[in-house]
Amino acid sequence: MARMKFLCDAERCIECQACVTACKNEHEVPWGVNRRRVIVMNDGRPGEKSVSVACMHCTDAPCAAVCPVDCFYTTADGIVLHDKDLCIGCGYCFYACPFGAPQYPQQTAFGVRGKMDKCTFCAGGPETAHSQAELTKYGTNRVAEGKLPLCAEMCATKALLAGDGDIVADIFRKRVMRRGGRPQTWGWQAAYGQDA
Amino acid sequence: MSSSNDPIRRQRRWRATFWSVIAIIVLSMALPSLGYVLAQTSGAYGEQRAFTEDRATNPRSDMWRDAREGGGGFTTQTGPYVTNTMISNVGENWRQIRMGPLITYGGWLLIGCVIAIALFFALTGRKRIEGGRSGMTVVRWRGYERFLHWFTAISFIILAITGLSLLFGRHVLIPIFGHQGFAAYAQVAMNVHNFLGPAFSVGVLAMIVLWMKHNIPNRTDVEWFKQGGGIVGKKHPSAGKMNGGEKVWFWLGVFALGLITIVTGFVLDFPNFGQTRETMAIAQTVHAIAALLWIGFFFGHAYIGTLGTQGALEGMTRGRVDTNWAKQHHDLWYEELIANGEQPVSEEELKRRKEGQGAGTAGQPSH
Repeated sequence: MARMKFLCDAERCIECQACVTACKNEHEVPWGVNRRRVIVMNDGRPGEKSVSVACMHCTDAPCAAVCPVDCFYTTADGIVLHDKDLCIGCGYCFYACPFGAPQYPQQTAFGVRGKMDKCTFCAGGPETAHSQAELTKYGTNRVAEGKLPLCAEMCATKALLAGDGDIVADIFRKRVMRRGGRPQTWGWQAAYGQDA
Repeated sequence: MSSSNDPIRRQRRWRATFWSVIAIIVLSMALPSLGYVLAQTSGAYGEQRAFTEDRATNPRSDMWRDAREGGGGFTTQTGPYVTNTMISNVGENWRQIRMGPLITYGGWLLIGCVIAIALFFALTGRKRIEGGRSGMTVVRWRGYERFLHWFTAISFIILAITGLSLLFGRHVLIPIFGHQGFAAYAQVAMNVHNFLGPAFSVGVLAMIVLWMKHNIPNRTDVEWFKQGGGIVGKKHPSAGKMNGGEKVWFWLGVFALGLITIVTGFVLDFPNFGQTRETMAIAQTVHAIAALLWIGFFFGHAYIGTLGTQGALEGMTRGRVDTNWAKQHHDLWYEELIANGEQPVSEEELKRRKEGQGAGTAGQPSH
């Protein structure tokens, strides 16, 4: 079984937002909810760098650890998913997540948030694959069709890599060896542990 | 032979040895520190240091270090939960505290409180009214005060149950009800907690304002604490309307823990004011710790007010207490009450009044 991971190559990311648009369109994500976002550092200054951030599908996921109703589960592919039927919208996963991945449709008084929504690695949810229920709650299930997440597939510069962690790391290692410089596997330590 | 034993020579040898040792100790500490003096004063070293410091930071590594340490960037995406932070480190700390010491020690604290109270009850039993009831009663709490007490008390219990469910439910309730059963309950529990909390806060604030005057500490309380509040044994230290223990419950419980839970609760309950998740994670930890301490304290308050003391609960239920209870537990208050002209009323009289009232309304023609 594969161990699915995301990696954004900051040397290649050109901040075109195609990953964000692809994600929103593919899963019909409502307004205000962002499963993926691009963060630009040193914006407008020399050395500007951008990184596309979404749920990193952590090995020891903090969201899953703090959830009071225990609605998270990790698939055999290492993808962290959650059950919206169980979610109570308490916001704890949003506090715990290092990447700010959990999103909610509402933010109103008395802590009303609605069900949490986050990147599914295009792997749907606990509903039957390709069912209407899965589509409305979690979006499309590309992994069940043997495809990889659309954000990475759409990436014009192939900065955003998604797939089996070993293969992703291998591609990135070859790039770094060819172009020189230091590798910057942003977020991997936080998501996949110290030795990642 | 004779020279070595010469007292003057021996003295001189002693002195030489002594000063040598002192010199060795002082110089061994002073000489290595000369390096600092040299480095500080030498111009050539100084310039070189400035040069290397200038080149010490690499803008690229600074940027990534900043990103790892929770620095922010710029993002075009908008939404209430979109953050521009690269990696938030508070969350992991919050998770470690919440899933570790908070749940472990918090759970044991509450279990410990219940066991301690049960043991205390088993050992000392109920504190009875000395010499039995007199049959005469005086007013202790007025109607609006009792309403305030029970409104706050009932909402406290509901908030405690729902709050503890969210903290311990995953470990305690999911094994019993299953994931779906517990999630359905937790959804209701969370909403009840979030909507009842502000109402409860009003009750607590009203209590603080209305009852502060009864709870100003004075010298009587010092004596009360010296005698251990008369909790164990036959002693009955003097007390005014509120005794030392009740004042501790007021200041430490209602006032301190109450205000802490209220402030942190509002931070959590109204995310629409734009507070960051870091603030909310810290607020959640403080809220839980203060609430757990308060619940543990509340067990003691509830025990003393009901099971632990005969004749105490009726002061809060019907508002009147037996005069013997008042003399035993709040002698100064009782004396003041009588001095102010309060007339104790007998139980029969109270019953007659109630019946009279009932008969009176029943006899009224309906309009």
